[in-house]
Amino acid sequence: MPTHASQDVVPSEGTAIGGPLTRRRFLTYVVAAPVLTVAASSAADLIAPGKAYAVIPSPPQPENLADLGDVMVVATKQAQDLLVLEVTTDNRVVFRVPRAEVGQGITTALAIVVADEIDARLNDVDVPLEDARQDLGTAQSTGGSSSVRSLWDPVRSVAAEARARLVTAAADRWDLPARTLTTRDTAVWAPDGRSATYGSLTEAAADVRIPAVSTDPKSASEFRLIGTATPRIDARSIVTGSAKYALDIDVPDALPTVVVRPPTIKGKVKSYDASAALKMPGVVAVTELPSGVAVTAKTFDQALKAKSAVQVTWGSGSVDGVSDADIRARLTAAIPPMTPAPPLTPRVDATFEFAFVNHAPMEVGSAVADVRSDSAEVWVATKSPTGAQSAVGDAVGLSADQVTLHVIRGGGSFGRRIYHEPAVEAARVSHAIKQPVKLMWTRNDDMRHGRVRPRSHHQLRAVYAGGDVLSYEHRMSSVEMDLGSGTGQALIDAGYVNPTIGTAFFNISQSCPYNFGPIIESLTEVSYDMPTASWRSVYSGQARAAEEIIVDEIARGMGADEVATRRKFLKAADARAVLDKVATEGRWGRAMPSKTAQGVALHAEYRSIAACLVEINCTGDKPRVTKAVMALDVGRQVNPSGLRAQAIGSLMDGISTVLLAGNHLDDGAFREGSYSDFKYARQADAPLECDVYLVGGTGKPGGVGELCIPAAAGAVANAYARATGTKPRKFPINF
Amino acid sequence: VPKYAFKVNGKNVSVEAPADMPLLWVLRDLLGVTGPKYGCGVGVCRACTCHVNGSAVQVCTLTAADVVGKTVTTIEGLAPTGGLHPVQQAWIDEDVAQCGFCQPGQVMQAAALLKSKPSPSDADIDQIMNVCRCGTYCRIRKAIKRAATKK
Repeated sequence: MPTHASQDVVPSEGTAIGGPLTRRRFLTYVVAAPVLTVAASSAADLIAPGKAYAVIPSPPQPENLADLGDVMVVATKQAQDLLVLEVTTDNRVVFRVPRAEVGQGITTALAIVVADEIDARLNDVDVPLEDARQDLGTAQSTGGSSSVRSLWDPVRSVAAEARARLVTAAADRWDLPARTLTTRDTAVWAPDGRSATYGSLTEAAADVRIPAVSTDPKSASEFRLIGTATPRIDARSIVTGSAKYALDIDVPDALPTVVVRPPTIKGKVKSYDASAALKMPGVVAVTELPSGVAVTAKTFDQALKAKSAVQVTWGSGSVDGVSDADIRARLTAAIPPMTPAPPLTPRVDATFEFAFVNHAPMEVGSAVADVRSDSAEVWVATKSPTGAQSAVGDAVGLSADQVTLHVIRGGGSFGRRIYHEPAVEAARVSHAIKQPVKLMWTRNDDMRHGRVRPRSHHQLRAVYAGGDVLSYEHRMSSVEMDLGSGTGQALIDAGYVNPTIGTAFFNISQSCPYNFGPIIESLTEVSYDMPTASWRSVYSGQARAAEEIIVDEIARGMGADEVATRRKFLKAADARAVLDKVATEGRWGRAMPSKTAQGVALHAEYRSIAACLVEINCTGDKPRVTKAVMALDVGRQVNPSGLRAQAIGSLMDGISTVLLAGNHLDDGAFREGSYSDFKYARQADAPLECDVYLVGGTGKPGGVGELCIPAAAGAVANAYARATGTKPRKFPINF
Repeated sequence: VPKYAFKVNGKNVSVEAPADMPLLWVLRDLLGVTGPKYGCGVGVCRACTCHVNGSAVQVCTLTAADVVGKTVTTIEGLAPTGGLHPVQQAWIDEDVAQCGFCQPGQVMQAAALLKSKPSPSDADIDQIMNVCRCGTYCRIRKAIKRAATKK
């Protein structure tokens, strides 16, 4: 990569489309390289030194002033040379993506943005995942539904700069005025019909000193691919089986490795006897790790069999003796006293509980590592590449710069791959046995020693009279969430720790969309030494879902319709429009048979809004959501198909966490071991009809990856309540 | 170590493997066929679904000995080289995949379903037990119906 080469800087100013955030302007410049290579860096640093953080107010501030996405926008901006776009002589437009691809579709979205802005054919654009780069720091992290938000302006600036230089190079070659030339299909075109591919121009474009045409990104009216539904660019490789995940990569001689893990969470090895295991066929080595005992063999079959033959004496774990009931008691006690309600005034009081939930991505924890005496190479799906790189270095006595860490596509994340334990374990084993290894967690490992959404407890009180909500209070307590990696680290770097990183996150992510009088919302964290992590939508998945349930109960308490009540109290007109869309398309209020019902909910976060209306059938053995209608206003839509995919997936997360899937803690260990008892939704739990409508669509893109979960969860719970005449309080309902 | 002969994606193979070695690891570790994925190892998640003599099976629950003389088809062999099976095409058209990890198994399951039931009902599709943690089920249903009409 020419990224770190000495730079022949020829600044020109790219300006973002519209919007008040004039600081989001990027200087682009040509990197000294034989072919055209354009990088972006922060204009804010140069124009207003020392004020680069100015768009973030001091903590704590309400969510509507700054959220994690804004932090990532700034963190991204802070990183010099963050984005590099290269045009190769064989006419490929290569943009190295400083994010993880775990199914959310960021590679497809960014390929669309690059292709549109530079006027390339989509299939001429390559979007490899960038290796870990310490100079990027947390700006290379993926999380907070912030990737498109934080990359939208800089990616377009870089591509626009490249296009201007390619046009200039063609103008020089043909001796024509640059303004008469046009660009399409990865080529520059002259008025007489001549064309030159970008690949044929790239060397000349690298020498262009001053572009002869504007380097401004396109205006929205010129978008050609942005806003057009496009299947994933890797769809074919996925359905033909050629898409490679970490363990599919052919690293020569990498030896299959699995780990014997303790019976309880974070149990420690006291002693072990591997003599029998070492005599088994194919077994190469047995290595003690802080997390257990690793067995390395020639095949995974041999490693798994030998794993059972290792005799380990285990010390105690970190939460031995602790079960769900103990945690429930502490969470209940941690709720501060509620503000006394005025006498004789109607109110809704409710207490909610949400169980632990494993992230359970389909691809188990996996990594390949080849550690040598003075260098290491690691292949892993991680959302925190630089954190993983440092952690690997620390584990094997190397500096981060001695570790090459390749970011590999991940088989799902949902928050899990913010952490990278498998990479560190693989590196430790490779370091110990001096051979490359491919290390895999079993599904049991993932379920019992992987991370979880922390168990939470919620006390809500809404006081209402005369058709108004007079006051609204929501006190949440939760097992402490480990946010110390990736985007959590970005928050810490930005100064948000108050009093814990979790409460700081809560403060900037939680915002009630309704005019409910004085609003009090707070989080208290209770500390347990457990492997937790943010789970898609972080606190909102529980907190906002609980609030949407309460909104329904307020409406019924007032004798009013649930949709009409939301319309009445919603602060924002655009939120009302999203709600109206699902109410209309979903035929809200239509007559439904007994034990079936509709339910609705809404959520606004990440500069986006989502509403969900579901129909549920509770006549059978278990409830089934039969139909879903969702509406999203995410601002500018980059790829409508990808946006809808995120909505559909989030709907299934809502159905799963409300009705089906959770993890029990029994005496310091998680009970569930696989998808047989961790009951994530299957085909028979999915609605037969699911329609996603996109409304709005102007301005800049908002976030969408986590957006729909609170709306989906709230709608499912509300439909269940209306169908059964109950007040659901503990989730999942069928646990 | 015993030797087992069978067919994988149209080619005759002969592997030396322990009698109880799961076919999943035979495919992945001995034959380098990585389309079938490990997701649970106990036949629950079905990410490893392949065809044996045309029927959908979870290769993590079979052994090399179980398929002697039989024809194993993995996702790599579902369509002729360079081509796409109608189910694969439907998967692309409906933009089904997200992370993609379960999709080789989902596609193989759907292809087997359509072979036995060319016009599957919603109830038939509901019988599919393959886990998709990204929650692509609604698009899987649409893609199966699309493939059914195209066949």
